[in-house]
Amino acid sequence: MPSFIPWSAVTLLVITSLGLLVSREWRWSLALLAGQYFAAFWLTYTRWPLTMAATQLVTGWMAAAMLGMSLIHTSAGSAEESSWPQGSGFRLFAAGLVLIAVFASAPNIAAWQPGIGLPLVTGAFILIALGLLHLGMTAHPLQIILGLLTLLLGFVTIFSAIENSILVAGLLSTVNLSLALTGCYLLALKTQETQA
Amino acid sequence: MNAPIVWILIPLGLAALLLLLPGTRLLSSLGTIIALTLAGLAYWLPPDTALRIGSLSLRIDSTLTLFGRQLTLGASDQTLLILVYGMAAFWFFGTLALGNSRQIVSLGLAITALLVASLAIHPFLYAALLIEIAILVCVPLLTQPGEQPGRGLIRFVIYQTLAMPLILFAGFLLSGVETGPSDVSLITQSAALLAFGFAFLLAVFPLYSWIPLLAEEVPLYRLGFILTLFPTFGLVFGLTFIDHYPWLRDSAQLGPALQTVGLLTCVSAGIWAAFQRHLGRMAAYGAIAETGVSLLAISLADRSVGLQILFYLLIPRALALGVWMMSATILTLHTKDLSFRALQGTARQFPVATAGIIIANLTLAGTPLFATFPVRQALWEKLAAQSIPAALWFSLASLGLWAGALRSLAVLTMAPENTPWVSRETWEQRLLILLGLIGLGILGLLPQWAQPLLASLPTLFEHLSK
Repeated sequence: MPSFIPWSAVTLLVITSLGLLVSREWRWSLALLAGQYFAAFWLTYTRWPLTMAATQLVTGWMAAAMLGMSLIHTSAGSAEESSWPQGSGFRLFAAGLVLIAVFASAPNIAAWQPGIGLPLVTGAFILIALGLLHLGMTAHPLQIILGLLTLLLGFVTIFSAIENSILVAGLLSTVNLSLALTGCYLLALKTQETQA
Repeated sequence: MNAPIVWILIPLGLAALLLLLPGTRLLSSLGTIIALTLAGLAYWLPPDTALRIGSLSLRIDSTLTLFGRQLTLGASDQTLLILVYGMAAFWFFGTLALGNSRQIVSLGLAITALLVASLAIHPFLYAALLIEIAILVCVPLLTQPGEQPGRGLIRFVIYQTLAMPLILFAGFLLSGVETGPSDVSLITQSAALLAFGFAFLLAVFPLYSWIPLLAEEVPLYRLGFILTLFPTFGLVFGLTFIDHYPWLRDSAQLGPALQTVGLLTCVSAGIWAAFQRHLGRMAAYGAIAETGVSLLAISLADRSVGLQILFYLLIPRALALGVWMMSATILTLHTKDLSFRALQGTARQFPVATAGIIIANLTLAGTPLFATFPVRQALWEKLAAQSIPAALWFSLASLGLWAGALRSLAVLTMAPENTPWVSRETWEQRLLILLGLIGLGILGLLPQWAQPLLASLPTLFEHLSK
């Protein structure tokens, strides 16, 4: 695989993760989530067989579709945060700091397990760090689930370099889908409560 | 027939069927019967052991192969299977008195089966994934239709989900260094990830904030079920890690680290419990303190004694938490609020539930004559032999829970003069609480009765039990 493909995937991951952090419109968020899974697919494909990498991609897209189906008739996905910090500028600033830290530490982390490859480590840790930042900035169920899916995608990306068991890939897909289902359930509860 | 099919796949299928059944009493009864049958089956027909009935020979094989990996429930898992399905039966039986059993029985059975699967899977590292799936199944159990998910639930999902990738990642990094510390920096980094992962999973200090929050938000009986099962499996999973890696098992830092975390968890929970003004939060701190006590038991220099103390505490803890949560739920059904302000003088209307709350609280505080006392005393003695300050801090944790029990008693009995004594509990509620209280008393007076059942549990861990 040409070396520019993994780095292009990392660039796409930066754009989609930042977009997810800033966006509060659920349609954009889910489109960015789908893009994030696509970019991660190219990174995992460098280490996993096509079928296993594609399973993660399809699982991610299914998760996005499930969340979309449950949000389509509700307004629960577009709620603004009620607590500080609320502004996009602050989120971008915080994300910028996190990205600098990730790019600075990625070569050291890559040295833990020789042969993993810098693009894969960088991409995975961008997802993990921005996923954690996402979780720390919201209390909204949809945003929480998006943050957790981003974080888990980061770990799946890094697992692809050190583990290639079909059972693990299957269980990770199950966890992703269960998380999306949990999100749908929490959003449905929120809608019921709003209607009541 | 395979053991994983009997104790994992069949309960999962039955859990799905139970979700569709009408009638809460039928559901409670069926759930209890199923869990008891599974526990009984583990007792009479353990895996890999032939049972002869006349000319008929029955045998359950221990291993099921799935996608090239194995699920194994061997003869050494027999006691844990009995205990886990027995505990599930106990919690399902309690719903007969409380109603609203649909979620706890069907989802509870699925959660139990998933946690048993986490025990059975090889390599054991994959257990983190199954525990995570079980955690996500808890979400519908901890929510009520029409009610917005609260901060506690959101925090529960985040914290428990964070545990899974941290443990998995650390485990995968360590897979190359199972036998010896060949790469010290890799081991240090992996050990740090592992510690964070288990800190999230076991909800130790200061990562337990979701438990008191949930205690205010969700039905307490359901929370009690989760707080009984998850720490048990989390601890077994953690012990499997320690047993598996010689460098971790033989590490000089492991004991002191576990002791520090255990003390921080139980002392902070004990102190917070003493100052609570909400019965649910107080019960939550009681459960948190128990995790700290378990860590203290594992931290003992004599590992086999530590394991015995850990497993001997399981039954009294489950019983005390069950009685505490059931009694508090009965009060919630009538007062809708468990804050001290709403509960003043309630003892005159609910004397049995009040007795249940106070005695269960005192039991978890390690009060003499109650169920946890003999085991806690053994732990205290061993701890004092290692470190007097640690034993004193441990007594402070018990003192905090004790103060909480006395404050609850004062508030619950603070009724205006001449208020008549009545008992508004139903006869089923009275019967179940009284049975639980008798159990707590018997376990306190005759602690040795459980020895034949529990003595073999430490053999789950090949190296630690030696």
